[in-house]
Amino acid sequence: MSAAKRIGEPILRADRISLAFGGVKALTDISIEIRQHEILAIIGPNGAGKTSMLNVINGFYHPQQGTITFKGATRRRMRPYQAAAQGIARTFQNVALFRGMTTLDNIMTGRLLRMKRNFLWQALHWGPALKEELEHREFAERIIDFLEIQAIRKTPVGQLPYGLQKRVELGRALAMEPDLLLLDEPMAGMNVEEKEDMSRFILDVNDEFGTTMALIEHDMGVVMDISDRVVVLDYGRKIADGAPDAVRADRAVIDAYLGVPHE
Amino acid sequence: MALVETARSVALPVGRGARDRLDTFPKLLLDRAARSPHRPAIREKNFGIWQSWSWGDTAREVQELAAGLAALGFKRGDKLGIIGDNRPRLYWAIPAAQALGGVPVPVYQDAVAAEMEFVLDHAEVRFVIAEDQEQVDKLLAVRERLPRLEGIIYDDPRGMRHYAYPFLHAYEAIQEQGRRFAAAHPGFLAQEIAKGKGDDLAVILYTSGTTGQPKGVMLSFDNVIITAQNAIEREGLREDEEVLAYLPIAWAGDHIFSFAQSYCAGFCVSCPESGATVMIDLRELGPTYFFAPPRIYENILTQVMIRMEDAGWLKRRMFHYFMGVARRAGGRILDKERVSPKDRLLYWLGGILVYGPLKNTLGFSRIRLAYTAGEAIGPDLFTFYRSLGINIKQLYAMTEASILCIQPNGEVKPNTVGTPVDGVELKIAENGEVLYRSPGVFAGYFKNAPATAETKRADGWVHSGDAGFFGEDGHLHIIDRAKDVGKLRDGTLFAPKFIENKLKFSPYIKEAVAYGPDRPYTAVLVNIDAQAVGNWAERRGITYGGYADLAALDAVYDLVRECIEQVNRDLAREPHLAGSQIRRFLVLHKELDADDGELTRTRKVRRRFIGERFKPFVEALYSDAKTARIETEVTFEDGRKGMLKAELKIGDAAIATPAAPLRKAG
Repeated sequence: MSAAKRIGEPILRADRISLAFGGVKALTDISIEIRQHEILAIIGPNGAGKTSMLNVINGFYHPQQGTITFKGATRRRMRPYQAAAQGIARTFQNVALFRGMTTLDNIMTGRLLRMKRNFLWQALHWGPALKEELEHREFAERIIDFLEIQAIRKTPVGQLPYGLQKRVELGRALAMEPDLLLLDEPMAGMNVEEKEDMSRFILDVNDEFGTTMALIEHDMGVVMDISDRVVVLDYGRKIADGAPDAVRADRAVIDAYLGVPHE
Repeated sequence: MALVETARSVALPVGRGARDRLDTFPKLLLDRAARSPHRPAIREKNFGIWQSWSWGDTAREVQELAAGLAALGFKRGDKLGIIGDNRPRLYWAIPAAQALGGVPVPVYQDAVAAEMEFVLDHAEVRFVIAEDQEQVDKLLAVRERLPRLEGIIYDDPRGMRHYAYPFLHAYEAIQEQGRRFAAAHPGFLAQEIAKGKGDDLAVILYTSGTTGQPKGVMLSFDNVIITAQNAIEREGLREDEEVLAYLPIAWAGDHIFSFAQSYCAGFCVSCPESGATVMIDLRELGPTYFFAPPRIYENILTQVMIRMEDAGWLKRRMFHYFMGVARRAGGRILDKERVSPKDRLLYWLGGILVYGPLKNTLGFSRIRLAYTAGEAIGPDLFTFYRSLGINIKQLYAMTEASILCIQPNGEVKPNTVGTPVDGVELKIAENGEVLYRSPGVFAGYFKNAPATAETKRADGWVHSGDAGFFGEDGHLHIIDRAKDVGKLRDGTLFAPKFIENKLKFSPYIKEAVAYGPDRPYTAVLVNIDAQAVGNWAERRGITYGGYADLAALDAVYDLVRECIEQVNRDLAREPHLAGSQIRRFLVLHKELDADDGELTRTRKVRRRFIGERFKPFVEALYSDAKTARIETEVTFEDGRKGMLKAELKIGDAAIATPAAPLRKAG
């Protein structure tokens, strides 16, 4: 599978990030690179700082120390909407969709940043605005086809089972055509079959669109199967970074998961 | 269009004789493309929009594919396997293979790799056209054991980028090769098409294998075209019919209705977006001509009933009141019989308030003709649709003979399968088996002379394997499979399917398997409908963990018992079946599944297999035991196997007293 895959230069570089909430150190001096077209898994025991790391990357948290370089631009403070505008999309640990809206509408919201016409034009729904909407609708339809959710196109997402909601959320993130996609526990709470489906979609997205992905996941089987590289965090520190097989054999990682006492 | 033009200009000099009789599908296609090139031939919903191909487009696509196959080396007599959902390209593969004198062999798309291997090996398939990665993966898994298989063409390229096998071809690539081949060999295809004759082998359709291994039914062009044509004439089908093709391509019914009749009558066939969207697509399309096995009608009715139970008080009252009116008047109005002016008025009002919106929701607003076949349909189910003004009719057909009987308009009854269509002769053998002769009778089973000889006897009569009789009205009645009709130990007639179908009319019962021959009484294994019963439990605030848990609830046993006792009351009314009422039953802890071999791919129950598999249950039904234990092997969706242990209760049902005749006057 990875024969034809071309992992490229780092697209995002987090350099010596430290983040603390009051006296609680969430992240300590962490440096991570995410390379173009790769699937990077961030793993670690509960409270290791995985979600904090994603939040730093997409500008939701502002680290006290360290810098983020994304597509060549270095920054210290950024808002989530700026991150989104620069091409970082994410999904959430708890599904964060518009529950009353249909699958299609939810995915269309992912296209909003790419719509050029202003509110008035869109309200008019005519001429250039209509043309634009049709183009975006077509893109949304391609995602619906890709994720095989045609049957729920017009179903309000609140009525969908959890596994499908997760898929819709992935669809909305894809609608942004992101350069970097952050997935926070895309398979949490799923059964084996749903996990298999989701893994396949993640691999397919990566394969078809070359989307760079960083994901947090607890299911080790899934992580080892789908990721190109694994970063392990423990108590806010990076303890390992490498290919899945190397990480699996790493002493520090095994200790962290088995719970060796810390000083 | 260019290819159509060349084909036509080359076809003409071959001589009028060859074009006089449109006796093969490729000839019919070229003729359609010449006469009405812009009429829609096939549609598919893609990216949320219905895409159409006209007859002209279709002819071009088919010729490009045929030329591409020729470039691969596909020759006269070769077999082309077709595997996948209803997709235009897979339908085009049928005439494309036939254009070269080859034989299409459609395979059930949900068959597991081993089943697929049997059919492809037995049919000596040289090339396969498969829908997507899923099907290609299955083929790759068994390819080593299929030495004759030389090439696989896939339609959907998704996920296929890294499959670097020399024998694997993208559809577009073959099409491209076809264009080049056609340019290099002008006239080749037209000559090949002209060589085809009506008595050539047109298609091999594998039976679903209710008993044992599937058999390959060989049908000639004449078989298929003449029967399709006869049915078209009898029913007055036109080129503006709308049809949804959603049943397996490998099934004879779909081959006749979605393919053969479309080519003969010129109507457009629409392919749904995916298997999961059929009901949505049905509603959008509003077909005028619809074909479904009873199961589909059952599912639709179950959905309606569930939704009505959840509806508000006023809607529910209105629904039940007007359905009562419909039951009284609807069927009679459809059959143009006399109906009182009051009922006529109420029915008209019901049409506005209930039937119209309901039919619209189901996608049945425009239906002129709906068929059901394959299995007997519950009379109540049948009446439900007819009372709504949907002209649903039963027909009797077999893969081996296409259509045998259709109910004529105005003579539609729930318990018959109609009168023979033109050219069909029927008679009943001494043992009650239905025998027939017709122009649609198959050439034989492929490479299975003993089975052919057993079915197609020397005197020309074909044995259907069904037990039936002719009623006074000249209609054929089918009771059951001839070999399944048996007798209880005391000699009472026992027709298992008759009982099972009556049970299955309840929305709560999905499958039932009846046992009885040589036993003291009838007993059944029941499969509840997870959706309907789940809904029922939720409304009553009953909690449950999963399917097995739900099935074991006492409340569910009571629910099933009610259904069974209703069936017993119905049976008590039938003089010769009253003795076969159901005494004991058991609600199964798992859904019967084709992957576990319990159902055929057309979802008929395999009674004997289930009897073996759940032997402890069946034995317990005929003992005094209150419970039965079992360990069964199940196959998960991903192909892994596991053991399922269960201890189930056995329920008893009350027997209804046979009606009136016991008390004589005076």
